[in-house]
Amino acid sequence: MKIVLSATGPGFEAAVDERFGRCPYFLYIDSETLEIEATDNPGEKASGGAGIVAAQAVADKDVKAVLTGHIGPNAHEVLSKAGIKMFTDVTGKVREAVESFKSGNLKESTGPTVAGHFGKGPRV
Amino acid sequence: MIISIASGKGGTGKTLVATSLALSLSENHRVQLLDCDVEEPNAHIFLKPIFDKRETASIPVPVVDEEKCTHCGECSRVCVYNALAVLKTAVMTFPELCHGCGACAYLCPEKAINEELRGIGVIEIGRSGSVDFVHGVLNVGEAMAPPVIRQVKKHIFSDGISIIDASPGTSCPVIEAVKGSDYCLLVTDPTPFGLNDLALAVEAVRSLQIPCGVIINRSDVNDSQIEAYCDRENIPMLMKIPLDIEIAKLYSRGIPLVLGISEWKDRFIDLFEDICACVKQEAI
Ligand code: SF4
Ligand code: SF4
Repeated sequence: MKIVLSATGPGFEAAVDERFGRCPYFLYIDSETLEIEATDNPGEKASGGAGIVAAQAVADKDVKAVLTGHIGPNAHEVLSKAGIKMFTDVTGKVREAVESFKSGNLKESTGPTVAGHFGKGPRV
Repeated sequence: MIISIASGKGGTGKTLVATSLALSLSENHRVQLLDCDVEEPNAHIFLKPIFDKRETASIPVPVVDEEKCTHCGECSRVCVYNALAVLKTAVMTFPELCHGCGACAYLCPEKAINEELRGIGVIEIGRSGSVDFVHGVLNVGEAMAPPVIRQVKKHIFSDGISIIDASPGTSCPVIEAVKGSDYCLLVTDPTPFGLNDLALAVEAVRSLQIPCGVIINRSDVNDSQIEAYCDRENIPMLMKIPLDIEIAKLYSRGIPLVLGISEWKDRFIDLFEDICACVKQEAI
């Protein structure tokens, strides 16, 4: 199954980034073969609507599940509409997160876990 | 003639200047005051206008006709505000992020996007004595001040004197309010912060190529830094309103300075003449 993680770096040793919309990298991983592809997150530097572009980008890649820390309301709306499962409160290294996912230890989230603008940093 | 009143930071007495100038000139001129500080309008507290007209301030937001849409993704690519998401079988719109620029509807190859108006504030129009009064009020929770400001400014007279009270700061709403003015008055107070923010405001107004002059409010012994700055930058110092308990009391009670202390009226009329002289000089 193809899944995506929000990450702080481009490989298995990177940490899961708790911010879905604003993380620097998306890691697309085939949970069977562990084939990995890293891309930039178009939401990272968006002035607004980060969660929306980020969610659209991962939906374009036909993923079945998102593993991340928190998901805001707009991203949640797009991901649900695209039929993508969301696993939140995921922490630790990407490698560990994928292992937990495979062993069925992650909890699926049903609603947005943070209000909008999470992870945007101080308003300037 | 359009005169805007701005300040680099809040609480400098911009509204005091705007309302007193409007009242002083209204005896001999056709005058209107437009409060463009739509996030926190307060000129009405001083002028107590009677409103006789209300309009909804709105922006056009996209509505997608799913029958025509091929989910090509063009609309979401052109939207710099990320107010649209295109999935393989659906388009989603996020009206609260839309700035109403119209790009998506214009560029949709299938002509699948129609626009509908979304209210984001109200414009109220009325009179206070012989001053025509217009202000805009952004709805709570809305972030898009510039479209409301544009709608307030549609009411600018073609003749007479229009006085615009801008919002404090130097961001988009201020630029939107000040744009198109013949002259901009910058109100500051004699503090280090006041000077810093004044310099930013001067830069912003100059980028619009609008001549400007400075008014110091709560003027005291510390004016010299502001004066030196104005000298250096060749900006006229047009008025000083002293730090004075009487003036502060009037302000806190919502009474315009020129109504509370009538000799200020002549000073505001002189101020207007100075502005006219500056504008004329600019035109040469
Ligand atoms: S540009 Fe038009 S056709 Fe293409 S996805 Fe958007 S609404 Fe649909
Ligand atoms: S009108 Fe402009 S801001 Fe609004 S959705 Fe379309 S492209 Fe985006």
